[in-house]
Amino acid sequence: MDFAAVIFIQVLFAIASLALISLGLAIIFGMMRVINFAHGEFLMMGGFTTLLLSNAGMNLWVAMFVAAPLLVGLFGVVVERLIIRRLYGRIFETVLATWGLSLLMIGVASVTVGYYQSTMQAPLGSVAIGNYRESGYTFFVIAVAILVLGGVYFGLRFTRFGLLARGTMQNPAMAAALGVNTGRVYAVTFFVGSALSGLAGAVLTPLVSVSPVIGFSYIARAFITVIGGGAVALSGTISASALFGSISQFVAFATTPVVGEVALLIAAIILIRILPEGITGRFFRRGL
Amino acid sequence: MSALKRHPSLVVMFALALIFVFIVPQVTELYIINDMTVFAVMATLALSLALVWGFGGILSLGQSVFFGIGGYVYAITVLNTGESTIPILLGVVVPMAFAAVLGYFMFYGRISDIYLAVITLTVSLIFYHLIVSTSGGQWRIGKSPIGGYNGIPGLPPINVPGDPSARLGFEGKYYLSIIVLFLTYFGIRWLLATRFGRVAVSIRENEARTELIGYDARAYKLALYAIGAGVAGLAGVLYANWGGFISPVVFNIFFTAQIIVWVMVGGLGTLVGPMLAAVAIQYLVTQLGAAATSEIKAGLTVFGMRLDLKDFLDSNIILGVIFIVFTLFIPKGIVPFIRDWFSERRTHGRRQAESGSPAE
Amino acid sequence: MTAILETRDLSKRFGGVAAVDEVNFSLNDGELRCLIGPNGAGKSTFFKMLCGQLKPSEGQVLFRGNDITGAEPHGIARAGMGIKTQVPSVYDGLSLRENIMLSAWRTRTKRDALAIVEDLLMKIRLADQADRLVGHLAHGQRQWVELAMVLAQDPVLVLLDEPTAGMTLDEVESTAALIRDINQTYSIIVVEHDMQFIRMIAETVTVFHQGKILAEDQVDNIMRNPAVRDVYLGKQADRGA
Repeated sequence: MDFAAVIFIQVLFAIASLALISLGLAIIFGMMRVINFAHGEFLMMGGFTTLLLSNAGMNLWVAMFVAAPLLVGLFGVVVERLIIRRLYGRIFETVLATWGLSLLMIGVASVTVGYYQSTMQAPLGSVAIGNYRESGYTFFVIAVAILVLGGVYFGLRFTRFGLLARGTMQNPAMAAALGVNTGRVYAVTFFVGSALSGLAGAVLTPLVSVSPVIGFSYIARAFITVIGGGAVALSGTISASALFGSISQFVAFATTPVVGEVALLIAAIILIRILPEGITGRFFRRGL
Repeated sequence: MSALKRHPSLVVMFALALIFVFIVPQVTELYIINDMTVFAVMATLALSLALVWGFGGILSLGQSVFFGIGGYVYAITVLNTGESTIPILLGVVVPMAFAAVLGYFMFYGRISDIYLAVITLTVSLIFYHLIVSTSGGQWRIGKSPIGGYNGIPGLPPINVPGDPSARLGFEGKYYLSIIVLFLTYFGIRWLLATRFGRVAVSIRENEARTELIGYDARAYKLALYAIGAGVAGLAGVLYANWGGFISPVVFNIFFTAQIIVWVMVGGLGTLVGPMLAAVAIQYLVTQLGAAATSEIKAGLTVFGMRLDLKDFLDSNIILGVIFIVFTLFIPKGIVPFIRDWFSERRTHGRRQAESGSPAE
Repeated sequence: MTAILETRDLSKRFGGVAAVDEVNFSLNDGELRCLIGPNGAGKSTFFKMLCGQLKPSEGQVLFRGNDITGAEPHGIARAGMGIKTQVPSVYDGLSLRENIMLSAWRTRTKRDALAIVEDLLMKIRLADQADRLVGHLAHGQRQWVELAMVLAQDPVLVLLDEPTAGMTLDEVESTAALIRDINQTYSIIVVEHDMQFIRMIAETVTVFHQGKILAEDQVDNIMRNPAVRDVYLGKQADRGA
């Protein structure tokens, strides 16, 4: 019984971490149809920010929830202005330019902070579940994911900006005709998406060894979740994370973590073949 | 002389082929010959993506997969059989078969271009994951370990078909790679002039129109993709042959990014551009890694951190900047950029001469 | 007379709206038919279902006796339908000759195809521009190139969606002459808005309204039909008659 509980929690954790690392990308993709190939590096930046600032004396939680998202969010605004804005609508060029940005960020990180060893222990101790112990941090991550998803839902549904964002998402030309400053909507969206990525990278810092190339371990899963989820950011992320997270975790339990990863990737390919526009191409289309 | 007028690039390339095969080996040192061998291999790989993406419009972000499969299949088979002819064939055919299956999946599913690009990238990530997790002796196929991170060393050079004792030396490897490169170039030129080639290019230009004429675009894309995979696989075989080893680095995301850069910089819709770009960028990257750059002393100190200029000549940074600059300012690549620039000047000159005639 | 194209209860629904509602249509071999109707009447949707660009919700399309409902566009083209779309769909980056050649080459050897291309270039009177990029041509000329591409396919039935959109009066007259000429060999369906042009070419006209066929008759009778006038021709007929 307690083993079942542990498995259940592990699956929830897998879903939660997938959702966290993908949400920022999903928002940017859902709003602007931009695929940010430097997404993994945004996560990496969140991780390094948290690491460096907390080692320099800042409170860990402040670094994680305030400093990292803010810094990465602002960086995102700069990127949007300098690069993305010039490539509107040209989806291939955006992919290539952001891929260049990704390489650039990895290079700069290697050169500046690459020597940093991450020895952060996961805080919040551990919790007993029957005969097993589960790290308290696992619950923390699940809680953060729920809060973040809830916050985004709230923001989109009940705030004025959320309404503008949804309108622009559905029909940018119409929104512009109605006087919406679509340029500003995009800038703010990129800020939010980047900040969320920074937050995700920050929150996962104690669980991974942060390095300049850690973006790779995030990027495949994030892309797959976003593309599998489809154009509707929130429902897409939730449904795709749930699906892929469960599959990869169950397979990992039955075999090895590596095979679990591969299973996730294969499941994604099959999904896209069946639903070329992602899950929300067919289901939950009217949602958020 | 009329042949020169009608197909200037063909004549020039043929002349270059002769030079590289007959003259160059006589006048250069062995270690340069060795470098040129691997440059030729990379140029061949660049041609495969130039065909598939530059002419076919298929953004294959995972072209390195076919290169890697070719190399690995060759390595494993040659270690098992000791003779290289069948392994070479397999190194070409297996990637093609894989491309056919993957392509069927994608093109017949009418998956949109950008999703297709991401799928191809994902496939390369899958391969990388799989291969690096095969460290340890228990992962073997016949006599050949797969080797995980370390790859498979100790590959015997290609031998004359049927005679395992007659193996290629440095010069032999050079001749083989150069000849394959030029044959591939001429082969692709020929292919593009056939009906198949013209239709494949028209699909890039306007797929809907091509279907309305009655061509099944899916089949053409599939075939083109498979052919490109075969060329990449052959390059992979030659690469394994050149170094005597193969490793998972050929599946990693940096390598696949480089192939994209070669074509992007060299120019979509040309063959010569990507070939030159591949060689130039490879040369640049090796120079950057060389001791020469450690001579550079310039740098500054920021927030207590010492930043040396030579560190910033890190290949990621250079590659990244190239990507960004090219995408923003020279999206079609160098060769088309230069070509357009020349034809702009020509029409501008002509318009000035004809001023007074109605605007076009 | 045999029917070369037929639809049976052909429908297309988008959400709750029937853009095309159980249409029974029939075209005889060798006929030239115009489809007209106000915007939103369903004629474009109908057209797209005929050429395979849209899959019907219900009903059948029969071409030369074969059921082609929901078939792939390239299959329908191979079966003998030549299609010219509303927005000129040509290869802007290729020359006129290359454009038409791609079409001609599908069913012929290279030498025969090149000969046909020369013939067609003369027919559309653009032989002197054969090596120019199509993207540099005027709008009307691009429409003619597309028409030549359609003819190069050796179709049996030619479908033209607003072939004179954006043309000058001279070009419209040339196009009308071209179409009358083509009709001697092929069956033709033309979707059009321009009543002047229709008068130049038409015999039988089918009027669409709200997804159904409102009337089908000779041009002059259609112009005098009160229901049609109400729905569509109202203001125009007073001006043009």
